[in-house]
Amino acid sequence: MSEKNKDSQWPLWEVFVQSEQGGPHIHAGSVHAPDPEMALQNARDVYSRRNEAISLWVVPSVSITATMPSDQGPFFDPASDKIYRHPQFYHVPKGLK
Amino acid sequence: MIIVFLKVINNKDRFFINNKIEKQIIGILLDVDWFKLLYYIYLEIIVGDKMEDEKKLSEFQRRINSGEVIEPKDWMPERYRKQLIRMMGQHAHSEYVGMLPEANWITRAPSLRRKLILLAKVQDEAGHGLYLYSATETLGVDRKDLLEQLLEGKAKYSSIFNYPTLSWADMGVIGWLVDGAAIVNQTVLAKSSYGPYSRAMVRICKEENFHKKQGYEIVATLAKGTPEQKKMVQDSVNRFWWPALMMFGPHDKESPNSAELMRWKVKLKSNDELRQRFVDLTVPQARAVGLTLPDPELKYNKERRSWDFGEINWDEFYNVIKGNGPMNKERIKARKEAHENGAWVREAAEAYAAKHKINRKI
Repeated sequence: MSEKNKDSQWPLWEVFVQSEQGGPHIHAGSVHAPDPEMALQNARDVYSRRNEAISLWVVPSVSITATMPSDQGPFFDPASDKIYRHPQFYHVPKGLK
Repeated sequence: MIIVFLKVINNKDRFFINNKIEKQIIGILLDVDWFKLLYYIYLEIIVGDKMEDEKKLSEFQRRINSGEVIEPKDWMPERYRKQLIRMMGQHAHSEYVGMLPEANWITRAPSLRRKLILLAKVQDEAGHGLYLYSATETLGVDRKDLLEQLLEGKAKYSSIFNYPTLSWADMGVIGWLVDGAAIVNQTVLAKSSYGPYSRAMVRICKEENFHKKQGYEIVATLAKGTPEQKKMVQDSVNRFWWPALMMFGPHDKESPNSAELMRWKVKLKSNDELRQRFVDLTVPQARAVGLTLPDPELKYNKERRSWDFGEINWDEFYNVIKGNGPMNKERIKARKEAHENGAWVREAAEAYAAKHKINRKI
């Protein structure tokens, strides 16, 4: 790990930024860092130089499992056969709000 | 028989056999079981794959045409991926090398205010480089490899950074003209078809506005200063005007990659269109502070409602791109030294991380 890895670019971390209280953490990009602590510091320097963040998450990129574009059809079955999940499906007496 | 078969499979560019005699031969051969088998395998694998690719390609173009954004895991033609890596890599390198001409003046900034601003700007450029390297990595390349290409002189970066920064006025003029040109370019790239690239551009554009404004403030201050200061800033404009126009690249008809990049909506405006837009924006700004742009042919064209301007010295442009600009060697040397001098920091960070990991396990 020592000599050979001297010029390693280090593992990749995905950065999630919460920009306002009560809001969600949104993916901002990625950073390279040797450990979680430096990943957070790098993420702050790269993605929050102008108070864009009040909270940061860093996650090793290899730990993320994601869907594939080919999943779009069957995996996210749009539930067009489950129209009863939508409020429009139901009849209520006219004039009632 | 085998020869005929090989002839058929070698002819990969043709989906179906059109030649009458060949058709007859194949008709006879298809009675032979093993040939039939091979022939159908061929149709399935080679022709099938090719048709599948054509289908994917036309679906890809349809997505682009309807304004959809392409994300890293989506299918994309190999050529689209390669072109993006080249273009985004060059862009990242430009941000990275762009720190050097300005860092040159941090210690000599004329006031603490200017020094703080310049430090923040150079840090932004490092950040912009990192956004772009991060976005390029989504295409399956390593930042390490991209940096290696830069240090070995295999990758290009914007030719503007191969000009020296000779006076403090250059800090103003770079912010005004160079960052100004970059904004014109990047505002359009923010609508590019590749998601990670366009998102990086949106972020960068927001920050570039500060760069341009601080530069223009320096220029305006010097322009209404002492005669020496005014002379200094005019000299700087004279040196940077033409290189700034070169930043938009060769004429459309000379630009080898433009047509393809525009068909894939990586680029949405051509080099010449963007250059014209920059000239139209900049002429009034120069006039407002009483500076002249070093082009005798610069003249307002009422019909076009645009400024006509002279021809760029293309010999100089290609010469700088080839690596013969005033500062090409110096920039790469500085980058290499910075990288080598930082080795102990990287080693220390790694040692700390390793120690930390052991402690965490306990």
